[in-house]
Amino acid sequence: MFINRLSTIRRRAAAGTALVLAGSLALAACGGGGDDSGGGATQAQAVSQADIDKAMSTPTQLTFWTWVPNIQKEVDLFQKKYPAIKVKVVNAGQGTPHYTKLRTALKAGTGAPDAAQIEFQYIPTFSLTKSLVDLRPYGAEGLKDKFVPWTWNQVTGADGQVWAIPQDSGPMGMLYRKDIFDKYGITVPKTWDEFAAAARKLHAADPKVYMTNLAQNQAGVWFGLLWQAGVKPFENPTAESVKVNLNSDESKKLADYWGGLIKDGAVSADADFNDGWYQALNRGKYATWLTAAWGPVFLEGSAKATSGKWRAAPLPQWEAGQNVSGNWGGSTTAVVQGTKNPIAAAKLAEFINTDPESTKMFATEQFLFPVTKALLADTSFVDRPLTFYGGQTVNKLFAGISDTVDTKFQWPPFLDQSVSDWNETVGKSFANKSDSSAALDQWQERITKYAENQGFKVEQ
Amino acid sequence: MSINTTDQRLEALAPSRSEARRRRRGVSHASTGYLFVAPFMLVFLAMLVLPLIYAAYLSLFRERLIGGTVFAGLENYTRALTDPKFLDGVGRVALFFLIQVPIMLVIALLAALAIDSGLLRMAKVFRLGIFLPYAVPGVVATLMWGYLYGPDFGPFAQLADKLGLAAPKFLSSDWMLGSLANVVTWEFTGYNMIILYAALRAVPHDLYEAAAVDGAGAIRTAWSIKIPALRPALFVCLIFSVIGSFQLFSEPWLMRTLAPSVIDSGYTPNVYAYTQAFTGQEVNYAAAVSFLLGLVIVIVSYAVLLVTARRSRS
Repeated sequence: MFINRLSTIRRRAAAGTALVLAGSLALAACGGGGDDSGGGATQAQAVSQADIDKAMSTPTQLTFWTWVPNIQKEVDLFQKKYPAIKVKVVNAGQGTPHYTKLRTALKAGTGAPDAAQIEFQYIPTFSLTKSLVDLRPYGAEGLKDKFVPWTWNQVTGADGQVWAIPQDSGPMGMLYRKDIFDKYGITVPKTWDEFAAAARKLHAADPKVYMTNLAQNQAGVWFGLLWQAGVKPFENPTAESVKVNLNSDESKKLADYWGGLIKDGAVSADADFNDGWYQALNRGKYATWLTAAWGPVFLEGSAKATSGKWRAAPLPQWEAGQNVSGNWGGSTTAVVQGTKNPIAAAKLAEFINTDPESTKMFATEQFLFPVTKALLADTSFVDRPLTFYGGQTVNKLFAGISDTVDTKFQWPPFLDQSVSDWNETVGKSFANKSDSSAALDQWQERITKYAENQGFKVEQ
Repeated sequence: MSINTTDQRLEALAPSRSEARRRRRGVSHASTGYLFVAPFMLVFLAMLVLPLIYAAYLSLFRERLIGGTVFAGLENYTRALTDPKFLDGVGRVALFFLIQVPIMLVIALLAALAIDSGLLRMAKVFRLGIFLPYAVPGVVATLMWGYLYGPDFGPFAQLADKLGLAAPKFLSSDWMLGSLANVVTWEFTGYNMIILYAALRAVPHDLYEAAAVDGAGAIRTAWSIKIPALRPALFVCLIFSVIGSFQLFSEPWLMRTLAPSVIDSGYTPNVYAYTQAFTGQEVNYAAAVSFLLGLVIVIVSYAVLLVTARRSRS
């Protein structure tokens, strides 16, 4: 027994030495990249192809935090191409819990992953705290032309940094219940005016059915609708200043429009993604769902009882004949500051999001809406009819919408607070049927105060 | 010979050895005691005292997204004391404590007395039934009640709809505190009942016999013997309830997904501390808020202690 134990210790020690060796090799390999591989405005020195080749053939263990289900499949493709790199996939929660843990690990200085899932709207929040690695030294700029332009802008910093590689997006459209529209003689609204008229007509005909539900807790949809209207609520001219413009005339027009419909009872404001909301979708409480390109497949899984009754259309427009949309959701793979293997992590982000096989897998296995031009032009993806939508080629519609998304929309560097305060001002006004335009003023006031307290130079 | 010498040695050593043994026993007794509490003390220090000191330290600084960390002295504390959100939160949990705790403890007391009376059939089933909600994880409990409270498709709403009545607004801002109190009562009545019931089992039986000889009925026995005997246990329940009420977090936090505009970031002080730390990135301010909340709990617990002590003396 004693001998056994001793040999275990020896084995462990051997493994330890191997690890140390691997670690120092990896360190030596990334020496070329320099310490300043991100964060600051200064661009780090490009890493040579020789360094990259060396790093990718050195045994390395990467940790990758993501909530995408079964992403192991795409990671396996990467590991097949680079057998030396082993990737440990960790699901640290979806959305907020994931970011909370990531921040905690970064603050603690230990336990943070090498690469992580980051949604578009969180990129400025994490780049501000210097938590992301600028991917330019690893050849990320060369990937630009593979992606839909607005998605690439979402991952680009003020000084041209590439903070992440886009993975999926959520250009917004309208899913509607054809059966309900037919029953009440509603034609698919092309403008928001038509939408409002249809909403009032529908509600008069059946008070238990609402034209749509504008969730009181879904700032994401509000940002998407602002995005469509061409409103720029936030801009980040420099790293230390922020432009906060939440109660502009255009924003107030939107608030009056939706606040009015909600006050009249023509549109509901139920909280979404909870039990009551799922039931409402299944039982036909809402005639439309204003949602993103990931919505169709999501709905298929969540409202099985309504199969075949839904169709998809673009969002109504503010001006007749216009053709613009916004975005809700969508995410990226970013390399996390402090990683010992930035080259391997950057290549992981690049590979899974640009390799044709991997990106196609994301679209067909996880139903992520693609961001690469190649896949959005791929007929096997866009021409696929969906029976849930009566055989409509929904992907084609959303691929078209993706080209109409405004390219210049920006997110605040303090997203959590912006969303939380939206919930307590604008969202609350929807819930209480109170003045939404006044709520916008409160939102503006709160965020301005918060930003100033946090040391930002705030411009109106 | 060897035996002899040993004996002699033993004899020679006898007095001093017994003394040494006594001394050794004394020393080892003390050190054994410390050894026994050492695991607790270590965990207590590492998991409670150190974080507490660290939080106190944090609360004296101010870290900003732009401009880094500066020493702030008591600025975070003065800010919290004038922060309407924090004060509203404290007021709300105080109200919650004043209404929910008496109801819960009375139900727990009645249930414990009923089980102890021996008059119940299936007392074990009854006891388990009341205790069961405590074993249900808070997350599950809140999800379940969230479904029951549902304004559109919840059973109460459906029933009201069938009867042609307006659906009860369990999740509206006027009803929410009551709805939460209901969930908490449902969860913790059984727990308090078990404490009270255990205390009742410890009451000496001769007291009951004496009471019976004096002609006391079940109710008189409960009033004059059992309830006075329960006073220390009730006091324990009360102090736990002070802490639980003022630290209310998971129930409102989980109800947030159902009524996000009712339960805002300052609904209870703990929710406020959490959102300050993890939404607003104001860890320092959150630490100050937590410390002030701790202070409030100490004060309220002390007040409860004073009141109950005065009662029992008079």
